[in-house]
This record gives sequence, C-alpha cells and structure tokens, in this order.
Amino acid sequence: MTAALVVRGTRTSQIALWIGVALVAIGASMPWWAESSWMREFVEIACYFVFAMMWNLLAGYGGMVSIGQQAFFGLGGYAMLMLGNLASVNPFVAIPVAACITAIVALPMSWLAFRLQGGYFAIGTWVIAEVFRLSFANLSIVGGGSGTSLTALRGIERATRESLTFWIALACVVAAIAGVYVFLRSKLGLALLAIRDNEVAAESQGIDVKRIKLAVYVTAAFGAGLAGALYFVGNLRISPDAAFSVNWTAFAIFMVVIGGIGRIEGPIVGALTFWALNKFFSDYGSWYLMGLGLLAIGVTICFKQGLWGWLQQRHGWSLFPTTRRLEDRGGAR
Amino acid sequence: MIDTLIQGLLLGGLYALFALGLSLMFGVMRLTNTAQGDFIVLSAFAAIAIAPLVAMQPVAVAALLLPLAFGFGYALQRWVLNGTLGRDPLPSLVVTFGLSIVIQNMLLEVFSADPRSLDSGGFNTRSIGIGDGLAVGALPLAIFGVALLCTLALQSLFDHTKVGRAFRAVSDDREIAELMGLDAHKVYALATALAFIVIALAGSLQAMRTTVAPSDGPLLLLFAFEAVIIGGMGSFWGTFAGAMVLGLAQQIGFRLDPGWGIWFGHLVFLAVLVVRPQGLFPRTRT
Repeated sequence: MTAALVVRGTRTSQIALWIGVALVAIGASMPWWAESSWMREFVEIACYFVFAMMWNLLAGYGGMVSIGQQAFFGLGGYAMLMLGNLASVNPFVAIPVAACITAIVALPMSWLAFRLQGGYFAIGTWVIAEVFRLSFANLSIVGGGSGTSLTALRGIERATRESLTFWIALACVVAAIAGVYVFLRSKLGLALLAIRDNEVAAESQGIDVKRIKLAVYVTAAFGAGLAGALYFVGNLRISPDAAFSVNWTAFAIFMVVIGGIGRIEGPIVGALTFWALNKFFSDYGSWYLMGLGLLAIGVTICFKQGLWGWLQQRHGWSLFPTTRRLEDRGGAR
Repeated sequence: MIDTLIQGLLLGGLYALFALGLSLMFGVMRLTNTAQGDFIVLSAFAAIAIAPLVAMQPVAVAALLLPLAFGFGYALQRWVLNGTLGRDPLPSLVVTFGLSIVIQNMLLEVFSADPRSLDSGGFNTRSIGIGDGLAVGALPLAIFGVALLCTLALQSLFDHTKVGRAFRAVSDDREIAELMGLDAHKVYALATALAFIVIALAGSLQAMRTTVAPSDGPLLLLFAFEAVIIGGMGSFWGTFAGAMVLGLAQQIGFRLDPGWGIWFGHLVFLAVLVVRPQGLFPRTRT
C-alpha cells in the first residue's frame, strides 16, 4: 500500500501569498504618498472587482448565471445613502450595514428567483432588478428618477474622506479574495464544487443542494451590496439609472469571462485587463463597448477557460489552489 | 374601462410578436436569447433603412426584409450559437448578451441615439369605429391580427408538419433524433431562422406604431420574457395568452398612474411566478 498525502498548496501559491501581502502593505500606505486621483481610480476598480468576484462565486461556482446582480449593487448604494442622509449614520459605518441589509433582502428575493432555472433565471433576476430601479425612481424621498447626493459626508474633510474610502476599498478587496478562498477550501466549498459539477450526484451524496445554493446567493448579494455602498460613498451621488444599470453585471460578466470563470484568479486578471482596456480605449465610446462585446463572444466560443485558465493549463500555475491533489510520498509498502 | 381592456389586448398582440421567437428558440433548443429585444430593434432599423430604397412600399419592404431575417437567423444559429449549446447555460447566455451589447452600440454608431420610426403613410393614425363611441387604431388592430396569424401558423407548423415533428424530436431527445437521421444543427438553424421572421415582423410593426431607439432592446426582451413565463412554457397559444395578460396589466397600470404602468406589468409577472410558477397555461409538448 502506498501512503498518499493530500496536497493543497503549491509553490506558486506560497509565492503569491507573500507577494500579495507585500502589495497590500504598499497599497495601504498609498494615502501618504499617492495622488488622490490614483486612489479614486483604485476605489472605482475595487468596486468593479468585488462585484465581479461575487458574480464569479454565483455563476462560476454556484452555477447560477444572473443578469440581475445590479439589483444588489443599487440596493447597497441606496441603503447606505438612506442610512447616511435620513438616519444620520456615518456613511463609512453604513457601508457594512448596507451590505447586511442587502443580504437580508436577498432572502425573500431568492424565493422568487429560484423558481426559474438556467437562462430564465438570468432574465428573471434582471426583471427583479428593474422592479427595484422603477421603485426607487418613484421614491421622492431619495430624489426620484434624477437621484440625490450623499449629503451626510459634508462635515468630513476631503483628505480624510478619500483616505478612509481608499482603505475601506482595499479592505473589501482583501476580504473578498480571502473570503471566497477560505469558503471554497472549506467543507461547504467542496459541496459547492460538487453541485457545480453535477447537481443530482451531489444531492445523492447527502449534500443539501438548496441550502448551499441559497447561502451562495445571499453571500453574493452581500458582496454586491458592499461594492455598491462603497462605490456611491466614493461617487457622492446616486441615481436609479446609475445604481441599477445592467452595465454593472455586463462588466462583471466581461471581467469574469475574460479572466476565466470558476477560478479565483479569473476576476483578478479580468479586472486588471478591464482597467487597462478602459484606460486606453474608453475614449472610443461605443466602438470600445462593441469591442468588449465581441471579445467576450470570442473568448466564450474559442477560449472557454479564459486568460488565466489558459495560463494555468500551459504552466500549471495556481495562485489560489482550491483543489485537493493526492501525492505519492513513497511511504511504507 | 372597456377602452382600457381593448387597448391592453391590442398591446398584448404586439408583445406576443416580441415573445414568439423567444418561446420558439427556448422550446426547440433550450436557448435563452438575451439579445431578442436587440434583434427586434435591429430589424426595425433595417426596415427603416430599406423603406426609402423601395419607395416606402410595405410589401416590398417585407419582401426584402423577411428573407434577409430568415438567412441571418439561419447563419447565426448554424455558425455561432450552435457552438454554445450544452448542459451549461453560461456560454449561450454570454454570447447572446455580448451580441446585445454589440448591436446596441453598432446601431448607436450608425443611426445615432435619436428615436426613429417607420413611415406607414398615415396608416398609424387611422382608426375604426366599433360603436358606443369607441374606436380602435387600425394599426394596433392589424398588429393584433398578425400576432394571431403568427401564433396559429407556428402552432400548426409544430403540431402537423414534418418540420414541426423534427422540432419536437430534437427538443425531446437530441441524440435519439440524430440516430433517426435528423441533423440537429440544421434543425436548430431552421428554428432560429423562423424565429427571426417573427422578430423582423415585430420590429417593423413596432417601428410603425411608435419610435425605436438603439437602447430599447433590453426592455423589449423583458416584456417578451414575461409573456413567455406568464403564459407557461410549451405552447405558442400559452405565450400569446401570456402576452395578453401582460398587455392588460400594463394598460391598467398606465391608467392608474402613467409612471407605474411597466412596474405594474413586472409585478403581475412576479405574482404569477409566486402563485403559478409553471405559468397560467402550461402544456408540455408530447
């Protein structure tokens, strides 16, 4: 008999961890030396990234392809704004509270959305997001269709506000990566991967499919709400069309598909690619968006694993290994 | 009150035309076409572009546009969408969603963001009296008639013809159907080609009835989708009935408050989802 060892980490993952820690440490010191435009840019891309990470968790791991995640993004934003403007909660404190509210709202919504499957789930969630958009557009207390400004931040000095927003954004990025990583390596994560590969088989092994799917849906809503609340703290102004725009989900899909769906590195690579493309080509307006659409189509048809999937296959890289490998370590025979 | 009901049913006729293509493509190959609304808008713009070339003759526009739509649908399915089919709904969703973004921005670049409409030579303002001081628009009535005819044609095609049998066969079990000599890829392409005929009709009629803008697509998709789900999957008459329910709901909503019409339609859709998730008139194809 051969003694086999369950191996989870890889050499690259060890290196990646230390590089990641160093990057975060350098990043955290940015408010003391970086220009404020850099920090604003980081906050924006961080929101896109956290949102995409959550979409990846939902669609790539949970198998629930949604085009309605903007419902939670907008809800997070509006919850933060209402807590700040109407209940005079400090907006920075309101960010996590808003994310919790979003997660709570996601519970009854899952009951509606889960009545549809596959492609119809995708469009059904979009309808729900539209209901939110139209409802907030008719709510005069938050400015109706034209939206309103986050007045609760008025008393706070600009430099303080920008540094705080930046640190929270950095914390959200780290938490999103670490959270998804730890979750996927846990027993629950293993169950989720089993469901993704074959729902019926997973159920027959005693996995409570419904409960785990619900947990993923609510977690993804929490993360999307967090991204939304953070985005509108940075943006200072909210409107229903901006908050509940389907473009949020469109960009998330783009990032995840380009980077590689169903892997943690995917949204990271996707967000960096998206940021770079945005930087160089966003002046081209509708031509740029057309290009993004075509790129997503091309990658889906010819390049299913995405950019990172391709690199992983070629070089065996894995920064965030969630698989378990059995390795022969000799041992007693 | 009767006026609202009639308006609602006529609006439902238009929604039925939006929804039939979606229902057909999902029924045959479980493909959710998230670009449905954008294809409707695309064909509306195609009709607007073709019309001046043929001296605004509606018959000539149809004679050019419909074969074009048929060919476009066939090619799209054969060489793009067939590659995305499978157990995982993600590839087809991403590809059609990507197409939706491409079409919207292409139309924006070519036709600008201005809303446009298709000149129907005054037909859109004509109306027919139906007694009691009520009158219905000639165009909405014609749209309703076209929707009724399309539903009837598709349902008979499915139930009574050889092509329809092939559609049902690949829908029920693709592998067995292929063992029996059907080429599933060609059958799928034919189904999408037919769906695009209805899409082209829907687009041209929508452009005659009102204006179309490049960004209209997603809303039309949601209406089409709601009609399919409210009606229940499995039959075109179900889709037609679902469209009627949606048209009525929106019209009643508009009557109560112009700002809440579409919202009310969404709400009725969600209510049906809660009470009868299988739809109001489900029929599984045998």
